[in-house]
Amino acid sequence: MLEIINLHARAGDKQILNGINLSVKAGEVHAVMGPNGSGKSTLAQVLAGHPAYEVTEGQVTYLGQDLLDLEPEERAQAGVFLAFQYPVEIPGVSNAYFLRAALNEIRKARGEEEIDPIDFMDLVEEKLALVDWGPEIFARAVNAGFSGGEKKRNEILQMAVLQPKLAILDETDSGLDIDALRIVAGGVNQLRRPENATIVVTHYQRLLNYIIPDRVHVLAGGRIVKSGGKELALELEAKGYEWLTEPAVTA
Amino acid sequence: MAHGAGGDRVTTAYLEDFESLTRTAGTRSDWLQLLRQSALERFRESGFPSSKDEDWRFNNLAPLTGTDFRLAATEGATIRPEDLRPYLFAIPGVSTLVFVNGRFAPALSNPATSRPGVTVRNLASAFAAHGDLLHRHLAQHATLEKGGFAALNTAFIKDGLFVHVGRGADAGPPVHAVFVTGGRADGAATHPRNFILVEPGGRAAVMESYIGLASGTYLTNAVTEAVVEQGGYLEHIKIQRESEQAFHVGTTHLHQGQDSRSESFSVSFGGAICRNNLDMVLDGPGVDSQLFGMYMGRGRQEMDNHTSILHAHPNCSTREIYKGILDGRSHGIFNGKIYVTPEAQKTDAKQTNRALLLSDTARIDTKPQLEIFADDVKCTHGATVGSLDPLATFYLKSRGIGGVRARKILTYAFAAEVLEEIPHPSVRQELEAVVMSRLEGLGAE
Repeated sequence: MLEIINLHARAGDKQILNGINLSVKAGEVHAVMGPNGSGKSTLAQVLAGHPAYEVTEGQVTYLGQDLLDLEPEERAQAGVFLAFQYPVEIPGVSNAYFLRAALNEIRKARGEEEIDPIDFMDLVEEKLALVDWGPEIFARAVNAGFSGGEKKRNEILQMAVLQPKLAILDETDSGLDIDALRIVAGGVNQLRRPENATIVVTHYQRLLNYIIPDRVHVLAGGRIVKSGGKELALELEAKGYEWLTEPAVTA
Repeated sequence: MAHGAGGDRVTTAYLEDFESLTRTAGTRSDWLQLLRQSALERFRESGFPSSKDEDWRFNNLAPLTGTDFRLAATEGATIRPEDLRPYLFAIPGVSTLVFVNGRFAPALSNPATSRPGVTVRNLASAFAAHGDLLHRHLAQHATLEKGGFAALNTAFIKDGLFVHVGRGADAGPPVHAVFVTGGRADGAATHPRNFILVEPGGRAAVMESYIGLASGTYLTNAVTEAVVEQGGYLEHIKIQRESEQAFHVGTTHLHQGQDSRSESFSVSFGGAICRNNLDMVLDGPGVDSQLFGMYMGRGRQEMDNHTSILHAHPNCSTREIYKGILDGRSHGIFNGKIYVTPEAQKTDAKQTNRALLLSDTARIDTKPQLEIFADDVKCTHGATVGSLDPLATFYLKSRGIGGVRARKILTYAFAAEVLEEIPHPSVRQELEAVVMSRLEGLGAE
């Protein structure tokens, strides 16, 4: 589904990604871990097309298309979804309006008709249960005045409604208490399908107790320095990142 | 003094109209005739302002002051109820008073049944029954010193909205005064004059709409004087939807007594030149006022908001938020004056003024003006001018919403933040719809 080859990217003059290679197949969950500054959030944002980053080398193929050639909205319309580490507040626009506009843009890109407003409400009510929310959230403006946990839940709600093929969760666990973490993880797990894939970017192993990955990758210095099965996450939890990030090891 | 070229000629035109007005109006009350006469004298001395006047330095008034505006004819403007429908609001119990070309139009109006202690009528009909009250207040609050417009309006006082809320009375649902310019209005002027008095402990909600059903170049020169006495409350909403060839100059003067509260909204879409003056005098301790403004400019519109707040007593708080959306070659002006006298300790004044420039050729002149002579006060002001937040734009894109659509949503959101504060859903929705339809033009780029 996703093939990343030798990906280099920078923000301004700062080189952050130094040759990422990663292959994700449909039905898989990949965890990308690493210490602060290793480039894991940058990887997530580059895949979504964040304008702050410039790809300097390498390629990314998503479902046979050159992903880097697509505008961010075209990526979303093609089924890529980034759950933001810091979801943006948009006062003045209700969640309902925002989500319906997003869903309709995606449907339009797929050649489908706009969703009927009543069908939309039905769809959304079903998805609200996933994140343990009532419909009152809909009248509220997008993320405006939301707590950190509420913002993350809203990302999962959006993901549930938009039903991406490739979901990228950027530190969705940061700042969550254990209850919110369970809700978020539960939402993600219920959306797992054989035809979809998920990339979970996280600093801590904690989230991976709830979302069991097929593969775990460790990023350091903008490269993947180690890959393994789910047991690698536990090893990292026990030993920290230092043993992987020493120059002697990464060389 | 500040006459532009041709100023004398223009003044002559106004003089002729003044003479014919006073001939036909008769001399109902001597005081009123004297008031008009002295206002005319004042206007004759000052003329129209020019960009040499500090308060008008960013404006280009030449198209306005160089035109011979004559009093609008009331005959010949046939306005049908369905013409007005898009501008009225479905607020339960609303009282609607319509004025066509400056005169009250009973056939188009729909006043609610009167409530105890509350009088709502047109000003022309209020002179007989409320003459003493008007004599005490009229032109005592809106000063004639500022520019020539208020003086000109006062010289032509004829009709407008009259609201009197007695001690402890509640005017209930809003009163909506609709000022329509229609018919063959090219070169026509109206000078609506509104008066609102809320006596101690009273409550009122008043809306003023200024709309153009004529496409020509006309002038609306409106003045509203509102007095809110001790512990009273006034909600004041002004909606300006004139023709985009028209000139609109409007002054709202709000005089607030001890422990009174007010919320004012000013929303402007129309006018080739639109100048809104909001002058507030906090004339007692413990006053709380909120001022919200939103305006949109496109083409070559000039959208100007001047607000002035005089904190003259301790423990008063004001919160002011004005937002502008400027497209095309439009020009926005914001001047926010806050004056805190040495007596006005514990003043809490917050002013925010933001403008969104949607094109490279739109511009804004913004000038916060804080003059603070008390030492124990909290006064803040913030002004931002800019384009859409790139992070918010990326957020929308990441959800599949790109390009023009994303710009529309974010621009709408910018305006909605102010409109959301309007306490009547039907007004809010209508104004949001106007914003949305104005934003449809964005797609053309």
